Amino acid sequence: MTGIEIYKCLPKTNCKKCGFPTCLAFAMKVAQKQVDISLCPELSEESRRIIEAASRPPIKLISIGKSKKIEIGNETVLFRHEKTFYHQPGLVVRIRDTQELDDVISLVKEISDYSVERVGLKLSLNGFALENESRNADDFSKLAEVVSSNTDLPVVLMSSEPTIMKSALDKTAQDRPLIYAADKDNWQEMTQLALNYQCPLTVFEPQGLSQLAELVELVSQKGVEDIILDPGIPCSFNSVDTLTQLRRMAIKSSYKSLGYPIITFPGNAASLIEEAMLAALHITKYAGIIVLNHFSPGTIYPLLTLRLNIYTDPQKPIQVTAGVYPINDPQETSPLAVTTDFSLTYFSIAGELQSSAFPCWLLVCDTGGLSVLTAWAAGKFTAARIAKTIKQFDIANNINHRSIIIPGYVAVIKGELEEELPGWKVMVGPREAMDIGNYLKQKWQVEASH
Amino acid sequence: MPHLEIPVENWAGKVQEVKLGGNGRKSVVVGGESTLPFLHFEGSIPNRPAIAVEVQDREPTDWPLQLLSAWGDVVKDPVSWARKAVEYGADIIVLRLRSAHPEQGNSGAKEAEQVVAEILSAIDIPLIILGTDVVEKDNEVLLAASEIARGQRVALGNCIDKNYRAIAASCLANGHVAVAKTPNDVNLAKQLNILLHEVGLPLNLVLHDPTTGSLGYGLEYTYSVIERLKIACLTGDEMTMTPIICTIGEESWRQKESRATEGIPPSWGAHEERAITWESLTAITLITAGSNVVVLRHPRTVELIKHVLEEGKRH
Repeated sequence: MTGIEIYKCLPKTNCKKCGFPTCLAFAMKVAQKQVDISLCPELSEESRRIIEAASRPPIKLISIGKSKKIEIGNETVLFRHEKTFYHQPGLVVRIRDTQELDDVISLVKEISDYSVERVGLKLSLNGFALENESRNADDFSKLAEVVSSNTDLPVVLMSSEPTIMKSALDKTAQDRPLIYAADKDNWQEMTQLALNYQCPLTVFEPQGLSQLAELVELVSQKGVEDIILDPGIPCSFNSVDTLTQLRRMAIKSSYKSLGYPIITFPGNAASLIEEAMLAALHITKYAGIIVLNHFSPGTIYPLLTLRLNIYTDPQKPIQVTAGVYPINDPQETSPLAVTTDFSLTYFSIAGELQSSAFPCWLLVCDTGGLSVLTAWAAGKFTAARIAKTIKQFDIANNINHRSIIIPGYVAVIKGELEEELPGWKVMVGPREAMDIGNYLKQKWQVEASH
Repeated sequence: MPHLEIPVENWAGKVQEVKLGGNGRKSVVVGGESTLPFLHFEGSIPNRPAIAVEVQDREPTDWPLQLLSAWGDVVKDPVSWARKAVEYGADIIVLRLRSAHPEQGNSGAKEAEQVVAEILSAIDIPLIILGTDVVEKDNEVLLAASEIARGQRVALGNCIDKNYRAIAASCLANGHVAVAKTPNDVNLAKQLNILLHEVGLPLNLVLHDPTTGSLGYGLEYTYSVIERLKIACLTGDEMTMTPIICTIGEESWRQKESRATEGIPPSWGAHEERAITWESLTAITLITAGSNVVVLRHPRTVELIKHVLEEGKRH
């Protein structure tokens, strides 16, 4: 918004309460983003909304839950290579109020505790979607209460019946659950609930994006600001078209009524792995919350890995610092292996060395964050570079042998490295990290001593 | 009701259509799309991505047991293996000449000719023949395979910066397609296509393998390289218009997550489910980026991806 446009929304009384001599001067500062519009105490509610809406990002940042939150939105691009994707979609698991409460409690605990480690990070699931399958208010509010007392993860409350939704909100609104959902029939009651309980609201409209935008406008005119969209896409790979249209409307057309995160339900796909494949599609293409029907670590671990991959900032290769890393408390007689500083390469080999229980030294070369083969192809993991790194970190004074294990993928540099390091024995290790444990057991004692 | 104008890109370019097979054999055409994957509202997508199934010319020694047992005894015989892959729904067979590798059998031109001829007469779908990735050896076995397959329009790879002249000349002479391979870089991919173009190989006779990173092991690099290549192509850059092929099975089944059955944390889940999901998610993610041919290994993955792609054709 320009200063003049903002000025038109101001009271134009020049009351100076904002600290500026005139409303126009204040408007100019707001337009330059030097001061916040909230400094004007006389601003009407409507004007405040107009100005805030104009200054908010193309996809609004929405936060669900209280202690551990799902934060989604604020995305600025269609393709990750254009900049990066910022807020990983929340992966939540559906629970129905027709399930036995004892089963629910153990499942909720299991999912809340579930985590898997990858490249030094702990990956986990983000919450639950509670479905009112019973059509009964007591069952639903009981489920909401039980889940809330057994997890600190956020919850989506799923019922199309406002009175039933209210019964669950009465019990758990303090946890700031996501209300699912306002539709064309119940939107007035659901909107009122979202306002009364200060909770984010999903707007569901499967008829088309125009109809969805229209319903969002009605809801936001009533004062609801935190909105999640459900365009009701089918369980099909063609759902990418609707998800892409929504993202383009928000980012390229700056269309505010569709500038909110999206919830998807790949869980209605036929099988467990098909559900995972559709969820994978929604991770790459634009979902904010993904509701899964299954919790099975064999598909969850791959999905969490994919989410990490896609949301990695492409502008910053993940690197570890060059240097020599002691693993399993090595001595001066322990083996020395060399690798590159690409984090994935480092964590793969370091993990395998650790689990082999073999004490050893891992030397990490600075290659600008490239994997072994890529670094070699780019001339950044050469015999000269490795020799230089050995000297740089004074390896020769910390070990009493002169053997070094190089990755199997760069077996070709063995000869050159022996020339660079007179008196050293260069051993060609396995190509894959997972084979290093066996390699050390079989080869280290035998070969290194000769 | 608000009137919505859905933003539609007016792309100037489209992906080359590359045809494999034909001449009495079933043909498969890949590429030809004038928009990004699944965006039927914006352009035409005449051919769905093709599913290629990898077969090796000798029993693999580095495949995990679960993968081998999914195929059974056919892995001992490339011809029966190829027939079985057709039954499981392959659109294309990828024959990997593993035994020609200097350290894995060092078989020669004669053996390559024989296995290629036998497979071509046993199946009626197109064939892609991949060598050993040892340049000197590939010059021997791929060129022999090319001769024996004359007229069948197979694809030959890998065609890299060190051997592209020989492979391109052989493709031109025998009516085949080259599989160009570059290491995960948009400019290198484009550069090799330019070189191939300069030696006279039309780009509708090229598939491009931008190097596949599997889920958890560089997938995001491959994903963005493919998206960038596709966008460059649709924007009108002719040297990026070659269809993309990804060796998904090979990369996925190499990783610990697909292989390890012991000493792993419970949070990794059941081995078979995890391994098949690993391959399936790698495949679907790279198809979403724009891959036109996915080379797979497990029969169940073939079934899953086929199901998804057949469904995706209807709109």
